[in-house]
Amino acid sequence: MFSDPDLLKFIFGRLNLDAIPYHEPILVATFLAVVIGGVALVGLITYYRFWGVLWRDWLTSVDHKKIGIMYIILALVMLLRGFADAIMMRLQQAIAFGGSEGYLPPHHYDQIFTAHGVIMIFFMAMPFVTGLMNFVVPLQIGARDVSFPFLNNFSFWMTTAGAVIIMLSLFVGEFARTGWLAYPPLSGADYSPGVGVDYYIWGLQVAGIGTTLSGINLIATIVKMRAPGMTMMKMPVFTWTSLCTNVLIVATFPVLTATLALLTLDRYAGTNFFTNDLGGNPMMYINLIWIWGHPEVYILVLPAFGIFSEVVATFCGKRLFGYASMVYATVVITILSYIVWLHHFFTMGSGASVNAFFGITTMIISIPTGAKMFNWLFTMYRGRIRYEVPMLWTVGFMVTFVLGGMTGVLLAVPPADFVLHNSLFLIAHFHNVIIGGVVFGLLAGVYYWFPKAFGFRLDPFWGKMSFWFWLIGFYFAFMPLYVLGLMGVTRRVNSFEDPSLQIWFVIAAFGAFLIALGILSLLIQFAVSFIRREELRDTTGDPWDARTLEWSTSSPPPDYNFAFTPLVHDHDSWWDMKRRGHSRPLAGFKPIHMPKNTGTGVILGAISVVFAFAMVWYIWWLAGLSFLAMVAIAIGHTFNYDRDYYIPADIVTETEGKRTELLAGEV
Amino acid sequence: MSDIHGHAAQHEGQAPAFYLEEEHHPEGSTMLGFWLYLMSDCLIFAVLFATHGVLGRNYAAGPSPADLFDLPLVAVNTSMLLFSSITYGFAMLAMERYEKKVTLFWMAITALFGIAFVSLELYEFAHMIHEGAGPQRSAFLSSFFTLVGTHGLHVTSGIVWMFVLMAQVAKHGLIPENKRRLMCLSMFWHFLDVVWIGVFSFVYLIGVIG
Repeated sequence: MFSDPDLLKFIFGRLNLDAIPYHEPILVATFLAVVIGGVALVGLITYYRFWGVLWRDWLTSVDHKKIGIMYIILALVMLLRGFADAIMMRLQQAIAFGGSEGYLPPHHYDQIFTAHGVIMIFFMAMPFVTGLMNFVVPLQIGARDVSFPFLNNFSFWMTTAGAVIIMLSLFVGEFARTGWLAYPPLSGADYSPGVGVDYYIWGLQVAGIGTTLSGINLIATIVKMRAPGMTMMKMPVFTWTSLCTNVLIVATFPVLTATLALLTLDRYAGTNFFTNDLGGNPMMYINLIWIWGHPEVYILVLPAFGIFSEVVATFCGKRLFGYASMVYATVVITILSYIVWLHHFFTMGSGASVNAFFGITTMIISIPTGAKMFNWLFTMYRGRIRYEVPMLWTVGFMVTFVLGGMTGVLLAVPPADFVLHNSLFLIAHFHNVIIGGVVFGLLAGVYYWFPKAFGFRLDPFWGKMSFWFWLIGFYFAFMPLYVLGLMGVTRRVNSFEDPSLQIWFVIAAFGAFLIALGILSLLIQFAVSFIRREELRDTTGDPWDARTLEWSTSSPPPDYNFAFTPLVHDHDSWWDMKRRGHSRPLAGFKPIHMPKNTGTGVILGAISVVFAFAMVWYIWWLAGLSFLAMVAIAIGHTFNYDRDYYIPADIVTETEGKRTELLAGEV
Repeated sequence: MSDIHGHAAQHEGQAPAFYLEEEHHPEGSTMLGFWLYLMSDCLIFAVLFATHGVLGRNYAAGPSPADLFDLPLVAVNTSMLLFSSITYGFAMLAMERYEKKVTLFWMAITALFGIAFVSLELYEFAHMIHEGAGPQRSAFLSSFFTLVGTHGLHVTSGIVWMFVLMAQVAKHGLIPENKRRLMCLSMFWHFLDVVWIGVFSFVYLIGVIG
């Protein structure tokens, strides 16, 4: 019966044993490492009887703080995966010279550069940004949770499901070999018949649902849930940049969803949107994907700008210089980011007028960005600067980002772009702004808000080690790529002929090695800080003498965030409270209305992995079944009207009483 | 929103109130959230309309709108959807008067109009595919089937939602949660109506003229 090919094909689709890459030693070793690590993790959780806690307090949690932390854990795990890809590429390019093919054949190398881009943008940077916004924004606006707490949990699990789908491609089948945006016709059924592009599509579609819904959730939260008195122009700058980022998410991710859906139809249903014949037009895809793709980079960098604004004001002990201009600059960037997408393909040949328009709009973006840079500088001017780790990241960012911004303006000149298009100059430019802007910002944010999340500060020594390795490593890794790009070396090449280029790739590989030490220091920092947590304990809730509302509550904050909703009179409202002598209420607590945890999100996420896997491998019965299961569970969830509960007043009194003791012990 | 008592005290040089004594109840975010969702969905349609705008004349030596579209059929279909919006409006009016049975009755009628709309659309699709004008034939037909089909899928999920909500209203009555859900479905249903007016004018009418 099992030898019947039709039946096998019905049951397993196109999945068979050849899909397991047991002939690739690198993948087998990785697989073994993942299995050993996984078994060790499961063993530890079982040993410490952590499963119940994990399920009740974390996986099913609708608490925005826990969801935020889980997003950041996901991002850090995916950072390791994405960085492993990066260092493999740097090693390959450093040795594949003079007839040597290196150790990665093109088939494998092409999957690695695609996976690196996809993972770093969608599953490292996006969850990192979303995680920080999730954790910080409700606290900054004096709210007890986001507008739609269940939706928040569901969004997180859809993002995680997307990451799982991408990771599955490592061990079952293969990943796309198309580059991170999967341009057709290369990504169409004719030229990429395997499962790689399908993994790409379904991973991004599942994660994209999560991202869009979380964007809607955070906009509604910021618009509707602010503490009384906090008008729009009294919101903290990080909340402002989060609002703009989420507006961009809601205004662009549907475009990505629709575009990928059209590519899916081309691949699965034989339509002709982006094919070379029967009227299809691949440039349509490239336009649409960049209408999402360009705002995407601002989705990532705006929250980083917000983090730097908070950090600069806090560590200079001054109100941020030019608050209003900062807000206007953010809004202007938000709008302009929508009308520059064509600069990604000036070489399409749309003519001088079109290219000139998009070149000029691109250059104009540097004006509000420059305004921000001066605001940070003037905040530092005559400030009492404390060079704690977040401030180091901020200064490192200001230097690095200006450089990246200027090469960006250079690329915005269409004739220059004709020379530099798809060269390593471009690669150097966008790593310059994404590492120097987004990653530095996120790491500053982690260090800054870590004590708020866990109740103890991070170890400063390893924080500084991490910063210096990252900063110096960045310059070693990417300055050579600018040089190579100017010499005309193109991206996505796995071996080279000209031996005179090799030295630059060796320097770049050395830089990647330094960054590896930076990431290692970051991990050591977490371990050391955990061990030294009693010494690093923050009992005040305000370890940095900071300015915004999240520092007015305890570290870590109670489930309900604020026992009494704060009243806001000024921006930097916590600073205002400290300056004008607020007194923390010690009695009169009332029961607090809170949402209940639910397992629906994690279950739907798990089934969506099954659905995507079935779609990738053409296992239609399983796809149908899992889809119906998702619809049924989602509908079933709507029949549950019992979604909230009250934290009794005496529990609130007890929690706040403990905090009073902590605060008294400090004085 | 509560009053803020701080400003007067501020001038006296003493600290104003920094905490709200009574429980803070932010106004509901559901309507705003659902509007935002609708606008994101609208962008999906915008991409499909734009794609049709670019690829809609690429017939690849195949049939053109004038060869394929049966405007009287589409007119009947359009009226089904427009009538369904009116009947959903009656359901909402009944909801405001807390007449549960009348609400359920008009919802059922709305669902029937919706089913008629989807059925006519499926008949049209089947007919075109039968004539060899399926979505694989040309970029024009790919974008036509995708745009119209996506709208049809939305109407189908609206019908499923309608039945689910009818069960919930029947079970729990017109409680605030259900009223909020009826309001959301109302917005969704009218939104699909508006999108269809775009499809009808832009795809069918201009298609046949051009």
